[in-house]
Amino acid sequence: MIVPLSHVLSLSGILFSLGLVCLLVWRANLIMMLIGIEIMLNAAILAFVGGSAAWGNADGQVFALFIIAMTSAEVSLALALVVFLHRRKKTVDSDEFRELGE
Amino acid sequence: MEQIVFYILAAVVVIATLFAVTERHPVHAIVYLATSFFGLAVIFYLLLAPLAAVFEVIIYAGAIMVLFLFVIMMLDLGHPEKVKRPAFRDWWPAVVLSLLILASFAVLAGMPFFGPPAAAAQIDIRGFAAVLFRNYGVAVEIISLQLLFALVGALYLGRRR
Repeated sequence: MIVPLSHVLSLSGILFSLGLVCLLVWRANLIMMLIGIEIMLNAAILAFVGGSAAWGNADGQVFALFIIAMTSAEVSLALALVVFLHRRKKTVDSDEFRELGE
Repeated sequence: MEQIVFYILAAVVVIATLFAVTERHPVHAIVYLATSFFGLAVIFYLLLAPLAAVFEVIIYAGAIMVLFLFVIMMLDLGHPEKVKRPAFRDWWPAVVLSLLILASFAVLAGMPFFGPPAAAAQIDIRGFAAVLFRNYGVAVEIISLQLLFALVGALYLGRRR
């Protein structure tokens, strides 16, 4: 472990906060919201990998791989949803999608 | 030496993510985000996780960011450079919330809770694969089913009517 675990976790916390800011600030733009979710998931991966390096077992890396696989599934589905919504209203502004029906 | 590289990379990651968050053109934000992910991949390599670093580059910076770019370029977003940034009244609740999270995090990180770092042990691919398929075999099956469901759902949402 080249640096203390608390420094790795601090970096992870800063990245998570940045992702949360992105998600909350750009809540009118679907694509920027997805980017914020990506940043937060990356912070979680960094925490898992840091824990794996600190305690010297592979479980953290295995969970990092699971998070990456889960993210790819989530992103493909979310971007398909964005394309679907854009085809209906010609915008990615989330304020336009207030009603559930047509 | 490695410590210095880690802190430089941490600064690069944080600054690139900051640019990505404040950028209003989605394509520019994606490019900044790819920079941040490359820096994060090198950090994973420094943290003795070369496999996670390789997956980060191949899947995150390679596949997911390119998928974002494809979708942004496929959608007709008009003039993204004319989109105005969120106003100050949109910024302050998010900033206050994240500062609260960071402050509580700093309190936690300051505690002598984590203990001394263990002896560094390089985890090779053989050990990684043994843990992955021996201890978490069911999770591998579930994650593959989840990818299949996502594929079917994306196909269903993307069909033309």
